[in-house]
Amino acid sequence: MIRHLLSGADLDAGTATLVLDTAAEMATVAGREVKKLPALRGRTVVNLFYEDSTRTRISFEAAAKRLSADVINFSAKGSSVAKGESLKDTALTLQAMGADAVVVRHPASGAPHRLAEWVDGSVVNAGDGTHEHPTQALLDAYTMRSRLGRLDGLHVAIVGDVLHSRVARSNVLLLSTLGAKVTLVGPPTLIPVDIAAALAPGTDVCYDLDAVLPDVDVVMMLRVQRERMGDSYFPSAREYARRYGLDGPRMRRLPGHALVMHPGPMNRGMEITPEVADSPRSTIVEQVANGVSVRMAVLYLLLGGNNR
Amino acid sequence: MTTYLITGVSVVGGEPTDLLIRDGVVAEAGRGLAADGATVVDATGLVALPGLVDLHTHLREPGREDAETVESGSRAAALGGYTAVCAMANTSPVADTAGVVEQVWRLGREAGLVDVQPIGAVTVGLAGERLAELGAMADSAAGVRIFSDDGHCVSDPRLMRRALEYVKAFDGVIAQHAEEPRLTEGAQMHEGEVSTRLGLTGWPAVAEEAIIARDVLLAEHVGSRLHVCHVSTAGSVEVLRQAKTRGVRVTAEVTPHHLLLTDAKAESYDPVFKVNPPLRTAADIAALREALAEGVIDVIATDHAPHAVEDKECEWAYARPGMLGLETALSIALDVFGPRWDLIAERMSRTPARIAGLAGHGLDPAPGVPANLTLVDPAARRVIEPAELASRSRNTPYARMTLPGRIVATFLRGEPTVLDGKAVK
Repeated sequence: MIRHLLSGADLDAGTATLVLDTAAEMATVAGREVKKLPALRGRTVVNLFYEDSTRTRISFEAAAKRLSADVINFSAKGSSVAKGESLKDTALTLQAMGADAVVVRHPASGAPHRLAEWVDGSVVNAGDGTHEHPTQALLDAYTMRSRLGRLDGLHVAIVGDVLHSRVARSNVLLLSTLGAKVTLVGPPTLIPVDIAAALAPGTDVCYDLDAVLPDVDVVMMLRVQRERMGDSYFPSAREYARRYGLDGPRMRRLPGHALVMHPGPMNRGMEITPEVADSPRSTIVEQVANGVSVRMAVLYLLLGGNNR
Repeated sequence: MTTYLITGVSVVGGEPTDLLIRDGVVAEAGRGLAADGATVVDATGLVALPGLVDLHTHLREPGREDAETVESGSRAAALGGYTAVCAMANTSPVADTAGVVEQVWRLGREAGLVDVQPIGAVTVGLAGERLAELGAMADSAAGVRIFSDDGHCVSDPRLMRRALEYVKAFDGVIAQHAEEPRLTEGAQMHEGEVSTRLGLTGWPAVAEEAIIARDVLLAEHVGSRLHVCHVSTAGSVEVLRQAKTRGVRVTAEVTPHHLLLTDAKAESYDPVFKVNPPLRTAADIAALREALAEGVIDVIATDHAPHAVEDKECEWAYARPGMLGLETALSIALDVFGPRWDLIAERMSRTPARIAGLAGHGLDPAPGVPANLTLVDPAARRVIEPAELASRSRNTPYARMTLPGRIVATFLRGEPTVLDGKAVK
């Protein structure tokens, strides 16, 4: 097993499949009356969050607690970080406290890589800037596999602000590793340059959402921040929704089995309409539940599984 | 003044000869020289170059003496074979008045290790809004001739036009940091495959090329001299080539790091590789090397940019851009071009001295010429250890690399500043 999980590229097909299989076992715990395993008893997991992200933090917290780890939540607000402490000094502090794993969310791309140089414990990237969010990709893959029975050969469209999306980058890497084909869809201003060369050679880019919908097994909608309008990435929220939003009529152009996914939080009415978000095709709530199982698997394998 | 007899030295790659240095000048040159009481420097196997001249050095004083001082930067320069450096204006306070440029100039004289020629800011506070008192800086004791807002682009076209025109009165030159600011908001590294993978905001090549294209047209229009700092892209080379063919009075520099390192270095997220303009691609490097050899790019300039540890030991996006260069520049030139001594002398000494108007520098060692020269051991190889550098900062991108060439001695007006590879003070 790998020591850190910083990028979707850290996982080869075998390791990724092991994580997904382990997550399936972990999911059975959630169905029990006592939702707890003793696997990480006596181990310390630090949630180091430099950005507000309640859903990701509580997902990791629940995962660690279900594995009986001691959890320390270290939020940048109201801590020494707010007083200007450097990432390195924070790392040394966590090191001195004996953190076995540090789960880090940070607005700067690459911050988890820097952290991994300064601590002995495992580092889990819980989202860094506009770079990656590998556990989100794992839970997305887990959700697809649960619903559709496989990943190999699936065609997944990822739609929206790919340029600023850490979810998209991790998903392209992981899905390609697991044999799925990815098509990125969005306005040209929000598709980063040389994306196929940068991430996975088979990745396609399409600027026309309607053209790809009939041909996909999964459509993953990305959150689009309204602030991007001010930077001229697109003219208006209305035009964005008209060209790239997923509404009822568009949803009905999907094959019957196709899923609609969204990493949340959603902008209802912008990239997705309530009709779609609340439809039976939507896996959005399921993704949240699966997130805990997948993060349990990641922590278990990084911290405990390899010692047995 | 001590008299020095340098024996068996190859002057700019020529046949071995002796050089007698007396009273600050090269008194005699030829084989079998002798001089009573002279200190003999056995330079067998060494190459004598005219003392190197850097058009682009950040000495950080006043303001960030924790990162570098005029004295420590001068020592680093001498150890790198330099006898003159042009000190950039982005200090704190900014070198935008006669008072600040004279202070830097005086500190350089006191250190006495290289000639420190201050560069003046183009605009007050580098704010890009109104002209600094360029004439006052030109008339000051520092005798400023190069003006630059380096670190910032003079992006306002009207202001750039006026600056280019105004400095004609005292044969000044505007050294432009070519970066269209609206195209580089939040930019962290070269825009391309690697920036896409790393999720770092891209700094597109066109942001540099667009400004250079505009500026050569402005310089042509008003008949002024333009110097382009740290050219980093193949597209910029093409713009410069066309402008020079038309006869525009434009000169350009390239840094050692843009001749050697690519944007792939950012994969480590180690901000020691963060620099502005950013490291580019292998194709850009190839174009820059060719342009330098041809003369489309005139000069290698270091953009020596010392930064304190805390400004580099952090997240990439929060780190300051810039890398050390003075103590490694000649080694990089040797690594890239091999022992093409005439090319190295031209690009690292003669031409930069001419652009900066530094009389007494950039002249090959010959009888009657001021003894500003450096002795290089081309056979030596050395491992770069950041802790061993004379700079106050440690942000070299070449840490633990093995590089060719070593500076054995440097003379400033006949007095050694470096002997046996060590600074004399």
